[in-house]
Amino acid sequence: MNLDLTAILAQTALLLALSPLLTGLIRNWKAKLQNRRGPRVWQPYFDLAKFLRKDMVISEHASWVFSITPYVLFLTALSAGLMTPMVTALAPMSLLGGALALIGLLGLGRFFLALGGLDPASAFGGMGSSREMTLSAIAEPAMMLAIFTVAIAAGSTNLSQIVLASQMPGWKFLDPSHALAFAAMFIVLLAETGRLPIDNPATHLELTMIHEAMLLEYSGRYLALIEWGASIKQLVLMALLANIFFPAGLAAHTTPAAFALGLLFLIVKLAVLAGAVVVVETTNAKLRLFRVPDLLSAAFILAMLALVSTFLFR
Amino acid sequence: MNLQPDTLLVLALCGYGIGAVGGLLFMRREKLANAFSFGAAALSALIGLLAALLFLSAGAAGPQITLLPPLVPYIQLSIRPDPLGAFFLVIVSLLGLALSIYSIGYAKSYFGRKNVGVLGAFFNALLLATTLLFVADNIWLFLISWELTALTAYCLVSFEHEQPETRDAGVLYFIMAHIDAGCIILGFLLLYQASGDYNFASLHHIGAKMAAGKRDAAFILFLLGFGIKAGIVPLHIWLPVAHPVAPSNVSALLSGVIIKCGIYGLIRVLFDFMGPPPLWWGVTVLTAGTVSAVLGVLYALMEHDLKRLLAYHSIENIGIILMGLGAALLFLHSGHPLLAALGLVAGLYHTINHASFKGLLFMGAGSVLHATHTRNMEEMGGLAKRMPDTAMFFLVGAVAISALPPLNGFVSEWLTYQALLQGFGTTESLMRLMFPLSGAMLALTGTLAAACFVKAFGITFLAQPRSEPAARAHEVGPSMRLGMALLTLACVALGLFPTQLIRLLDPVTQQLTGLELGPRVSLNNGLVLSALSGKAGTISTVGMVLMAACLLPIPLGLWLVFGRKAKTRRGPTWDCGQRGLTPQMEYTATGFSKPIRMIFKALFRPRRDVQREYDFSPHFARKLRFESHVEEVFVRRLYRPLRILILRVSRRIRALQAGSIHAYLLYIFATLLLLLIFAL
Repeated sequence: MNLDLTAILAQTALLLALSPLLTGLIRNWKAKLQNRRGPRVWQPYFDLAKFLRKDMVISEHASWVFSITPYVLFLTALSAGLMTPMVTALAPMSLLGGALALIGLLGLGRFFLALGGLDPASAFGGMGSSREMTLSAIAEPAMMLAIFTVAIAAGSTNLSQIVLASQMPGWKFLDPSHALAFAAMFIVLLAETGRLPIDNPATHLELTMIHEAMLLEYSGRYLALIEWGASIKQLVLMALLANIFFPAGLAAHTTPAAFALGLLFLIVKLAVLAGAVVVVETTNAKLRLFRVPDLLSAAFILAMLALVSTFLFR
Repeated sequence: MNLQPDTLLVLALCGYGIGAVGGLLFMRREKLANAFSFGAAALSALIGLLAALLFLSAGAAGPQITLLPPLVPYIQLSIRPDPLGAFFLVIVSLLGLALSIYSIGYAKSYFGRKNVGVLGAFFNALLLATTLLFVADNIWLFLISWELTALTAYCLVSFEHEQPETRDAGVLYFIMAHIDAGCIILGFLLLYQASGDYNFASLHHIGAKMAAGKRDAAFILFLLGFGIKAGIVPLHIWLPVAHPVAPSNVSALLSGVIIKCGIYGLIRVLFDFMGPPPLWWGVTVLTAGTVSAVLGVLYALMEHDLKRLLAYHSIENIGIILMGLGAALLFLHSGHPLLAALGLVAGLYHTINHASFKGLLFMGAGSVLHATHTRNMEEMGGLAKRMPDTAMFFLVGAVAISALPPLNGFVSEWLTYQALLQGFGTTESLMRLMFPLSGAMLALTGTLAAACFVKAFGITFLAQPRSEPAARAHEVGPSMRLGMALLTLACVALGLFPTQLIRLLDPVTQQLTGLELGPRVSLNNGLVLSALSGKAGTISTVGMVLMAACLLPIPLGLWLVFGRKAKTRRGPTWDCGQRGLTPQMEYTATGFSKPIRMIFKALFRPRRDVQREYDFSPHFARKLRFESHVEEVFVRRLYRPLRILILRVSRRIRALQAGSIHAYLLYIFATLLLLLIFAL
């Protein structure tokens, strides 16, 4: 295997460094849009440092599964990130797996997080795990179908190949299959990253939380790893959405200038996407749990239409 | 001494026979019977595994071996292991080996209670019958071993026949097994009509010589017959009834091997005998697979009986196998043999994967049953601390069956996805939409399976014990752990080194589609698995593991840099100011799957019955009784009306059975007359 060690190191560093910033940016903008002052953009970094320094309390009911979960979550998110094209079209680890492997890795992290929620014997954790697994089960077919649409167009499930194919001349975003698949993926993105109207990342109200409910018993270093892992997952999914549907600016050459331009484009694209998420979160109320399947089925229908339109408009 | 694989195979068959006879001979001395019969089974399975691997690596069909001289004309008792049979021989031997070792410990729980010698004898007989089934080279021996398999499995399912539940399950299995045998016999008769010979060699692509109507009839008969055995929805009803009541080592064998006999039969008939398939065969198989996969996992989610839950997952996995096979049939129809080979490999790969992780999970469930004496998950919990090894093995099985990387379930589902995705380009008709839609349903199945195994593992092994027996549970003995460890190892190896297995499968695809897949899907010295071309997609599970291992220093380094002074202590879980959490406050298995029950309530039609006794307000109940029940739609809509119909018709027919000898003589005379007229 010929692996580019510098690319791997650079992308790892980028994932680690950029993910808290994205979380902070969304929180800050959301506050601004709601006429609050809000935390600083850098606050997540300080939070992570604080969590890492704190003592840990582990539930006396918890087993070894509780303790390996933070590592599994963090490492799967990071590994998934290394398979995703971020700055360059060719992801450093794209040989190890494409879209299906990425979904699988994120699924592995979720599997363990749900177990970690059940382990401390608290009803909150169980509730969170149950809801998370249910919603992800309904979100995943929509996500798969949307990915199939772009994968079939590109003739590959490899993310780098998909991105390269969408860079081809003749690509236009207003292509109906692309636009519909994007809409479906955007809804799935909201569900997968635990955002309104599906889950409220800011709540700790027992009956409404989903993601947060699973981490209630985590503290200190473990909490830091989980929070960071969740941020990386959010970054990966948003970068995926941005780069598949708006492949502009991805570095094609290995010159520093191309990299800098790619990084700039990535940040702009992420900022635009984050803005969209902020607007959706501010203008929508949280859906009742049993209304969420309707929204996710809508995403599935959109993805289905995307697929049908590749068939119709050829 | 130079051991030939065919000698080894005969040795293994004799070994099973000796094990069976020994079990019966020593049945008065249960310790000896246990050690002898399961020991013989383990040894024979090991020899069988070796033989099967040698046959597979040799690549061509072995020589014909006549086991016994023909006692009756036509009936030849000869075997000839070809690559397809040898591959299934690997499955039965691998599972037989692990299960025999496991059984030595597991059967101890029957000491003084049940006759262990009989259990060991039938266990050996079942392994013997299935081994014969996979290597039989003519219709007669195939049907004889098919029937032997069904009968021995019936005896094993009914082993604990003191329970009425077990007897009912046994009878249901018996009836279903004979309906399937009937269908298969009819199907083979149609094939025989065209070939005029009972040998499998003369049946190769015989379908091409048959009239279209007869060929389709044979297809339907085989699909029904093998489908009942494999547990395709809606023919699956015996599975969730028979699996839980059988001893756990037998459940694993039922799920890992017996239902695979159906898959073997389907592959043998559809790919070897029937010739180029028409379009609707592939469509039927792919649809049946998709429906089985989704419904199997949905019903599994509703279960809180650990072994019933696993039985429903067998239906799901059979569905996934059929998706690969159905896609392969469609590709054969459209003239894409390479893609057909890919679909076939996806199906075969999932077959061995399912055998290994489901065998593992059933053994885990058996260990839990052994320790807690209950199959009800609502009475378990906290077992990860009390049975750490079993918990770890079960967790590996759970991750594997949920199709999560880097284990084997992920690899075979990845191959299935690739086959389905590449199928989109094989046809211009609207049919092509079927492939990605099946893929989306496969994704739904995968995540629902993950949800189900979060439930199965989380409720069983995590949190606080929910009952006294669960709190007193202890780890099982070394032989049971060794059995589980073997299949855990198989799951990991099959997950990390897929190209090696596919290379082993080359003779099978060569035999059935005329193409080899191994060199086409292996990149970077076999470390990377590609979907026919590197451009279409690659994965490397071993690479993922290495990558994660290389990234591990990051979280550990963070700990060293920031958290050197941080202390870790144990404390109670946050209980909202109550005085301590009790197990009753934990999430239950029923509660865990409630959102799914609500979302799919049109399918489940859940019934619930709540009775409250209260003094002044219904919110402060003194006594609460809650009952919730989900009945399968097929039982409700298909099997119950069918049963009522059969009973009603039989009641009418009973009038013929008047008890008068004169009437009976008249019947005999009338029948004779009719036959004579018919013959003339």
